[in-house]
Amino acid sequence: MTPQAKKVNRLGLEVLNYRGSKTTLCAGCGHNAISERIVECFYELGVDPMGVAKFSGIGCSSKSPAYFLGLSHGFNGVHGRMPAIATGALLANRTLMGLGVTGDGDTASIGIGQFMHLVRRNMPLIYIIEDNGVYGLTKGQFSATADVGSKLKTGAPNDLPPFDCCALALKWGATFVARSFSGDKKQLQAIIKTAIARGAYMKEHEEPLQELDFVPFFEDISVEIPEGEVREIEMHDGSRLRLRKLDRYYDPTDRLSALSALEEAEKNHEVLTGVLYVNTAKPTFLEVLNMAEEPLATLPESKLRPSPAALNEIMEELR
Amino acid sequence: MSTLEVSPAERLSGQPERPAINEFSIQVATVNGSGSQTANSVLMRAIFQMGIPVSGKNMFPSNIAGLPTWFTIRTSARGYIGRRKEVDFLVAMNPETAREDVMQLGAGAAVVYDEPLKLDALRSDLHFYPVPFDKLVAPVCPEPRLRKLVRNMIYDGVLARILSIEMDEVHKALEKQFGKKKAKAAELNWNAARAGYDFAAATFTKTDPFRVERMNATAGKIIIDGNAACALGAMFAGVTVVTWYPITPSTSLVESLMGYMRRFRHDPESGKANYAIVQAEDELASIGMAIGAGWAGARSMTATAGPGVSLMSEFIGLGYYADIPAVIYDVERVGPSTGLPTRTQQGDILSNAILSHGDTRHPMFFPSSPEECFSLSIEAFDFAEKFQTPVFVMTDLDLGMNNWMSDPFAYPEKPIARGKVLTAEDIGKLGGFARYRDVDGDGVGYRTLPGTRHPAAAYFTRGSGHNDKAQYTEREDDYINNMDRLAHKFEVMRQHVPEPVTAIREDARIGLVAVGTSDYAVRECCDQLRDEYGVAASYMRLKAYPFTEHLKDFIRRHERVYVVDQNRDGQLLGLMRLEFDAELIAKLRSVRYYGGLPLDARTVTDEVVGQEGL
Repeated sequence: MTPQAKKVNRLGLEVLNYRGSKTTLCAGCGHNAISERIVECFYELGVDPMGVAKFSGIGCSSKSPAYFLGLSHGFNGVHGRMPAIATGALLANRTLMGLGVTGDGDTASIGIGQFMHLVRRNMPLIYIIEDNGVYGLTKGQFSATADVGSKLKTGAPNDLPPFDCCALALKWGATFVARSFSGDKKQLQAIIKTAIARGAYMKEHEEPLQELDFVPFFEDISVEIPEGEVREIEMHDGSRLRLRKLDRYYDPTDRLSALSALEEAEKNHEVLTGVLYVNTAKPTFLEVLNMAEEPLATLPESKLRPSPAALNEIMEELR
Repeated sequence: MSTLEVSPAERLSGQPERPAINEFSIQVATVNGSGSQTANSVLMRAIFQMGIPVSGKNMFPSNIAGLPTWFTIRTSARGYIGRRKEVDFLVAMNPETAREDVMQLGAGAAVVYDEPLKLDALRSDLHFYPVPFDKLVAPVCPEPRLRKLVRNMIYDGVLARILSIEMDEVHKALEKQFGKKKAKAAELNWNAARAGYDFAAATFTKTDPFRVERMNATAGKIIIDGNAACALGAMFAGVTVVTWYPITPSTSLVESLMGYMRRFRHDPESGKANYAIVQAEDELASIGMAIGAGWAGARSMTATAGPGVSLMSEFIGLGYYADIPAVIYDVERVGPSTGLPTRTQQGDILSNAILSHGDTRHPMFFPSSPEECFSLSIEAFDFAEKFQTPVFVMTDLDLGMNNWMSDPFAYPEKPIARGKVLTAEDIGKLGGFARYRDVDGDGVGYRTLPGTRHPAAAYFTRGSGHNDKAQYTEREDDYINNMDRLAHKFEVMRQHVPEPVTAIREDARIGLVAVGTSDYAVRECCDQLRDEYGVAASYMRLKAYPFTEHLKDFIRRHERVYVVDQNRDGQLLGLMRLEFDAELIAKLRSVRYYGGLPLDARTVTDEVVGQEGL
């Protein structure tokens, strides 16, 4: 018998090449499910893991980048300040694909300011908030996304209303906002793949807005779609996201309708999932800065140090 | 600190010591926001252009407009460019402070003042020159709203006449100040200066002894502030990622860097920037970005002052523990807390050395002049990457924001040194690497940059416990090994930091040690000790922390060593106490000044004289 050929992606890599070290998080934790989806999506899309940089802050979720993409450089920084580290690293090397993983404590409390400014700058970073409404590592305090009225083990109720990170990101100008539930494998995959195709902000949770199909740029499968029910949105790399209309379908390219859908859902005590908003036109921060195409980190000395003539010119002006 | 009411020279001779030709100081007292900056710069530059050593110090309030501000110009044929406490020639333009300003003058000083202030009634032992500024400005500046800005230029003309400053040089300095694009503004100011000159020529008979005389001591020199010099240093060091948050007195460092980078660091073909400058949302973000960029292989920096450094503390601890390069400019101002934002101090030395929780040590470079702002900046960027650690470049408001006479900067001789970075090819040959393993015995591991296309290139950086493969660990031996490696790395740095500048007097029983801008006062103090007291003193100016063996040798060879600190608690001395033996510590004495003004020689001399019992 000949040995069975190993299954590989378009880069010739196995799914094993996309895994990390063994998780130390609790069995059955949603964080592990998300890590699994990340592995699958990067593998299936054939993203070169050596071109990816992983970033995280502090907390259970922030530990998870050690458990996926072991061939990628990773940086587990300080609490709430992952956006700054990621921003600096992506400025140093704009060719990196940035993948940030954070939690509700890391983003909605200590890191809300950096999150806001990251969104404002439109940094091309996939920013996954693994939101469970609770501080896990310190064993069970409320986070700023916990529902009002929810109870601690001690019975103490949460008497403050939650932040909706998706609504906030929309308000601050995010260009891709989606929410899913760690248990919804299909939807979460489509969302992560879309995010990979364009750089995005995401969050996990419930109530689907639409059915999602992600078609990578290297595949062209034509699917029979009932007229008027499906919308296709093209990503920067040519991949397409197909949104299949559900009952409450709305236009995800219209920020106002996204915000009002979220408002309405909040009133009805529902959590919407799916792609809330996509904007493929707004320039990223790297474009705004008019930076060189090659990574700043590896520019040769000839491009870093101006000539002796330049120094003379400056000295002459100061005489 | 107590200072003597009269200098020893005065006590000896019974006559006030009043230098005259090219040896005096001018103080201009104005109101913040009145446009006096131009008049003061032009005045300083005109004297400089006459070949006379000169320094200018701006003492300004933390306010946009309306509070008192003083600008002091010192001319010194002997080349002393530190602050001089005594004012010989006052220009009193601010009604709020004029009375106090006049009362503080020593006998024999001269005063140019706004006539309506009637200051001549206050004292009978001064030379008074009343000038009707409002009357003079009206004819030369028909536009009433511009008069406030042009008015100050009149005193330049008056002083030119009284002090024999050549009007041609005033004119040249004005052209330099305004450039060709603002010829109209230059002309307006020139007319005002002329009006002042003509008025003084027609009105005053000179009675004071102060005047300038052309020399040849400034040929080839430049005038620049320390912040701009640091900016040039960073640009020629090849900085690529600059992240910052505005804070006095460091703001102009990044602002001048922006100007220079726009001119010299865009790709000539594509027009694209070979750098990124980002104004962050706060100092937490600016240092976080600098650390992120340094990790990814950029030459990164941030510039800040004390309050910013306090905020950066956590990230700088991460940089230390995870071996990440970055350069942090700390342009020190008066603390604690908000303190006096527009006054100078060396108040961050001790806290920066051990910034952040846990055991940390950070190298600091201490430039004392614009030339060193330039050259030590270049060294700092190389040093940060060589040792993979955050490096502080410590200046202060006096150096950073004042204009200094300087020799032109020398083009760096050595190529840029990027430290131990492994490429994909290197990894291929080695077959792998351990990020924090001390293979060379210098405590510095090899690193790879994210994006390196080799399956064995990646590692996981963390501020939590890690072993030499950068893996998570809480093991006692792993933790201790890593901390010992970092301690060893710091010891190795001692052999590589810039060496101190030493002036040994063979007959000296005492020595002085200082850093940064204390240099000017201490050098002049050594001359005062020699000339006025017949005391020989050696001097060592440190350029960096960690301290080198040179400092220990210096302390050993003297009976007593005075450590000069521009802070209340003797922070530089405190750092020495942390690491020296009792025998050396017993020889150390403290000279401290912390009033917020640039240190002057007399303050140091008086303190040494007092402690020596001379």
